Amino acid sequence: MTNWPALDHFLTTDPRDVGCEQAMQILHLYVELINDETTAGPAAADRFPGVAAHLAACGPCDEDFQGLLAAIRADS
Amino acid sequence: MPPDDLPVGTDGQDAAPDVVLKGRGPDPDSARWVHDLGDRGFAREQALARLHELLLRIAHGELRRRAGQHPITGPELDDLAHQAADDALLAITGKLAGFRGESRFTTWAYRFVILEVSAKLGRHFWQRPTVVLDAEDWDRLPDRFGMGPADHAQWQGLVDALHRAVEEELSQRQRQVFVSIVLQGVPLDAVVAQLGSNRNAIYKTMFEARRKLRAALAANGYLTTPGDPAGAVPTDVDAGSRP
Repeated sequence: MTNWPALDHFLTTDPRDVGCEQAMQILHLYVELINDETTAGPAAADRFPGVAAHLAACGPCDEDFQGLLAAIRADS
Repeated sequence: MPPDDLPVGTDGQDAAPDVVLKGRGPDPDSARWVHDLGDRGFAREQALARLHELLLRIAHGELRRRAGQHPITGPELDDLAHQAADDALLAITGKLAGFRGESRFTTWAYRFVILEVSAKLGRHFWQRPTVVLDAEDWDRLPDRFGMGPADHAQWQGLVDALHRAVEEELSQRQRQVFVSIVLQGVPLDAVVAQLGSNRNAIYKTMFEARRKLRAALAANGYLTTPGDPAGAVPTDVDAGSRP
């Protein structure tokens, strides 16, 4: 921990991070796992740790994730 | 630097979709979509029209959800939603064979239109840029990273060290992307459009830049263990959006 947690967080890179391309290829599966009440949250991150790491660091991909989640929830 | 088609992290590799949910076939609704879209004649035309209607609704919903992030309204917004739905429909029909039933068909299809909305917003940014692009304003950095005036004496040295590291450690491309995203506040998707690149390549450029900068600051005693995820603290600041 430093005196500058926001900068510390920004400069932290997670080796599990799969990047935008692979995260977006799996996004529909990840979103359904998150949306499934029986597997929500930790199970999705356990199954796709690289996607979870990526979404924690990449604002645009997390925005797409939030948008897709909102879309399928609006459908149900 | 690894090629763009490899994962960003050194060990970042999640299981491929066909391995993850092996054996699960499409649900009846999804199977019907695939059948009708792969059909010929009236059934296909009906399915295309129905899917376009869904995609258009999702595009409008997504643009509304992101209303605070763009200035687009009225007919221009409607036009952008139509463009996103049109292009998504084209992509979906072209890649229909790639749908293997691991998710609902609509979830798979909605992903295309969400990504189209993102890409179009990135391109649209340059029609009316909302940031000052002619300066590298290092004075804005402390505010972006939540460093208050009371800590000025502490963070001034850090900002100077970061500035030096950007000049000395980063490649020209990494520096260009860092300045755009971090100092000028340009959205990552707008940088993608500006440079004619793709999101993965720009993210990877920033990923490497962040790694180098952290190592440089750690070597100078400003940060602790280089690249240790345990030190991360969730904040609104991330590698792909405005700090």
